[in-house]
Amino acid sequence: MSGKTLYDKIWDAHLVHEAEDGTSLLYIDRHLVHEVTSPQAFEGLRMAGRTVRAPDKTIAVPDHNVPTTLDRANAATMTEDSRIQVEALDKNAKDFGIHYYPVSDVRQGIVHIVGPEQGWTLPGMTVVCGDSHTATHGAFGALAHGIGTSEVEHVLATQTLIQSKSKNMKVEITGKLSPGVTAKDITLSVIGATGTAGGTGYVIEYCGEAIRDLSMEGRMTVCNMAIEGGARAGLIAPDEKTFEYVKGRPHAPKGAQWEAAMDWWKTLYSDDDAHWDKVVTIKGEDIAPVVTWGTSPEDVLPITAAVPAADSFQGGKVGAAQRSLDYMGLKPGTPLNEIEIDTVFIGSCTNGRIEDLRAAAAILKGKKIKVKRAMVVPGSGLVRAQAEEEGLADIFTEAGFEWRLAGCSMCLAMNPDQLSPGERCAATSNRNFEGRQGRGGRTHLMSPAMAAAAAVTGKLTDVREMM
Amino acid sequence: MEKFDKLTGVAAPMPLYNIDTDMIIPKQFLKTIKRSGLGVNLFDEMRYDDQGNEIPDFVLNKPAYRDAKIIVAGDNFGCGSSREHAPWALLDFGIRCVISTSFADIFYNNCFKNGILPIVLPQEDVDKLMDDAERGSNAVLTVDLEEQVITGPDGGTVRFDIDPWRKHCLLNGLDDIGLTLEKGAAIDSFEDQAAQARPWV
Repeated sequence: MSGKTLYDKIWDAHLVHEAEDGTSLLYIDRHLVHEVTSPQAFEGLRMAGRTVRAPDKTIAVPDHNVPTTLDRANAATMTEDSRIQVEALDKNAKDFGIHYYPVSDVRQGIVHIVGPEQGWTLPGMTVVCGDSHTATHGAFGALAHGIGTSEVEHVLATQTLIQSKSKNMKVEITGKLSPGVTAKDITLSVIGATGTAGGTGYVIEYCGEAIRDLSMEGRMTVCNMAIEGGARAGLIAPDEKTFEYVKGRPHAPKGAQWEAAMDWWKTLYSDDDAHWDKVVTIKGEDIAPVVTWGTSPEDVLPITAAVPAADSFQGGKVGAAQRSLDYMGLKPGTPLNEIEIDTVFIGSCTNGRIEDLRAAAAILKGKKIKVKRAMVVPGSGLVRAQAEEEGLADIFTEAGFEWRLAGCSMCLAMNPDQLSPGERCAATSNRNFEGRQGRGGRTHLMSPAMAAAAAVTGKLTDVREMM
Repeated sequence: MEKFDKLTGVAAPMPLYNIDTDMIIPKQFLKTIKRSGLGVNLFDEMRYDDQGNEIPDFVLNKPAYRDAKIIVAGDNFGCGSSREHAPWALLDFGIRCVISTSFADIFYNNCFKNGILPIVLPQEDVDKLMDDAERGSNAVLTVDLEEQVITGPDGGTVRFDIDPWRKHCLLNGLDDIGLTLEKGAAIDSFEDQAAQARPWV
């Protein structure tokens, strides 16, 4: 009998019930909740006269709708429907007695940044949220994935989820990364290699020297976009870096419980003889700083490349690529580093952590932006405070960036931060879909350092030229 | 949840790859706190221009497809955001079945919670059904869940696979939460054991 993968181990430790056909009931350790995908779930509970089974394992924070401007305490900065959603979360959190970080709390921020920051996310846990980027928490060796609102209601009522087991995929990034190449370049390059449906039906475990070398922030960036590759979840086995990050956080175990937790956490790795249904190996040194050119996260190329022709693809992708080129207003053959940018957005659950802000500030120090507008949106109030303490905020504002309050902001434009039709944006977020950042808006995804470089030159730029 | 047993209706062809949930229901419509009423905004940015006028070329605006109940789609339908507003919008428009070579995981799960049947078929079968769907108002398909068969306008049939449990729930319109709560004793006992094994959780 072969050994177990990390996914197998976490799965087995959370199995409540397994039917003959493999349909399983999985226990959920942490349920994160935000304002957009939860109102109908709470309403469903009320209508059925049900309660939240484990309010102490349920954590809510508003992030998608909230304005990120400094005047957001003024209710008039929100549209009425946004305000209703945030107020509904305020009320639901209070009525059902769940942990809550309201907009006025300095710890408020993007749910996937707040969870790890507060020590809610721990190795070996099962973590769900009504948000596809829940995959982020996999960086801790937690099985974490997005769910729909019906499933949110199911978890609220039962603290379990009906699941069928996914297959195991290993994505190994060997060797070292070159200077200027970051976690974002890894995760985009993997999607470029496997496609947006390449991970469908799988849970991915990322491993290899280049992954081990990443900080926890970088690992969160990698796992965050596992969903963009179609995978149910992304995982990285916990190690000393993980334990170091977790230790001392408000909701991390302490004393004897810490010791007991460590004993278990240290067993959370894939056995040498574990079975993998699919293996993808990429050499770290082959990864370049990349950008997306199209409207799917799989439309990834090194910054040194040119816009591709639609007919360089095959099958249904030819039509999709042509549609992307038309939408993005790009001509095949144009060098990517000649594409002019209007706007720069640094933030999101993909790249809104302190290390991301440090990387961008390192490029921006002493320079001015050449784009029409640029904004930095820290992932949480605590990231913002730390960046101010480290002097990063001054570097951003002196360069011409707007220094915002925490929220999802322009990643999905459900709040006032949006692109206008035709406006072209260098973004550190996770989706370049049509209209994602505002109707007609054109998004190029990249790392924080690459976005900073684009801000300085006014066009897509190879950050290595500025290092 | 409404039962799904047998569905006969017009199938609309949407051969585009990677139709994401932002396309299905753009973010500005996620601010509702209800599940209903999203059908008018289904595929909003593909369906209407900046002034809110219908774009005549868009498939669901064409007379033949305005009452479509089925979509035949390109690869990886429903990718991106986990928003259940996507199946809610499809359902509210009247779509009860989507056929593709592949679906994104979360969207696929969300469909079953809302009485929508997502059918995965090999490329050649999707191609054939896409051809059928191109026939406009003659593009009537019948989807029989019990028999797991799709019948085309010319009488040709395509078989499909589906997880037996999900089939059972769709056929009977079963509520997941009610079924899980029946396993309350198993959840209680799991929690007791977990509290011993992992008291820090």
